[in-house]
Amino acid sequence: MRGAGAALAVAAALAAGAVHAAPTGDAKKGEEIYSRCLACHALAYDRTGPRHCGLFGRKAGSVPGFTYSDAMKRSKITWNAKTLDRFIQDPMKTVPGTAMGYAGVKDPQERADLIAYLEAANKGPECKDVK
Amino acid sequence: MSFFAFANDPALSANRRTFLKSSSGLMLTGTAIALLSGREALAAAKGHDAEGDVRILNTALGAEQEAIAAYQVGAESGLLQKPVLDLAVTFQGHHKAHADVLAKTVEKLGGKPVAPKAKYTFPVEKLKTQADVLNFAATLEKGAVSAYLGAIPVFHDRDLAKAAGSILGDEAMHWAILRNAVGEAPVPAAFVS
Repeated sequence: MRGAGAALAVAAALAAGAVHAAPTGDAKKGEEIYSRCLACHALAYDRTGPRHCGLFGRKAGSVPGFTYSDAMKRSKITWNAKTLDRFIQDPMKTVPGTAMGYAGVKDPQERADLIAYLEAANKGPECKDVK
Repeated sequence: MSFFAFANDPALSANRRTFLKSSSGLMLTGTAIALLSGREALAAAKGHDAEGDVRILNTALGAEQEAIAAYQVGAESGLLQKPVLDLAVTFQGHHKAHADVLAKTVEKLGGKPVAPKAKYTFPVEKLKTQADVLNFAATLEKGAVSAYLGAIPVFHDRDLAKAAGSILGDEAMHWAILRNAVGEAPVPAAFVS
């Protein structure tokens, strides 16, 4: 019985891990999801929101010449897959006071796809000469 | 000088303003006025909730101002032929109406409406044909639909959410007509996201 209990515990731990593991992103699908962002964002230039070229490794609120909310400037976030995933899930909860008045992308797979697209785009020609 | 550089020439901004005034189409519906700038309850709204709503409204206002500028670039490009040109000017008028009512609502809530940028960046080097302009406008309209869809659940004032839904519906119609104009299925799916 003890062995069976241990096996169950391992299975439960694995299941929990599976639940919490970040899904693998599909950049192609992420490009379609990125179309939702195009009212305010672009890859290579600032709009209502800041540009996304140069996003990875950038400190939040640091694009020169872009006017951020005080909340974003104070957030101390450095953008990477993990911080983006958290922010995109619920921008207003992650950074209260952000100007990004958006409920968020709630589906983990969609967030993974979107982040995969942003990573691919940042390595692509459109971002080649953009900081 | 390309026609798009022409559109961004500060020396021509006076002409642009004249055009915008003449084409603004500021016919605010009773619904919009009742839902947004005319509600006394909005004027009485105070505190944290109103601050949050003002931030959302100002972000929407900034996007609407950019859309107005984008349609201006399209209208001045020389690429749009009638009746497409007339349609673009009509849609620009709708965005002008959205921006006007959003700005008035921000003021009602005690906030300061964001001002239009002195200059906007658009991918003008990629716009060579009427279809290019229409496709670009369609991407902006689709994005706007998504943005309003994402804003509706986070308004504290439910009437503001309803008004945002009204704007979303208008921009979804723009998107559908632009898609149709370039030969794509006007309504590609049962849901928008």
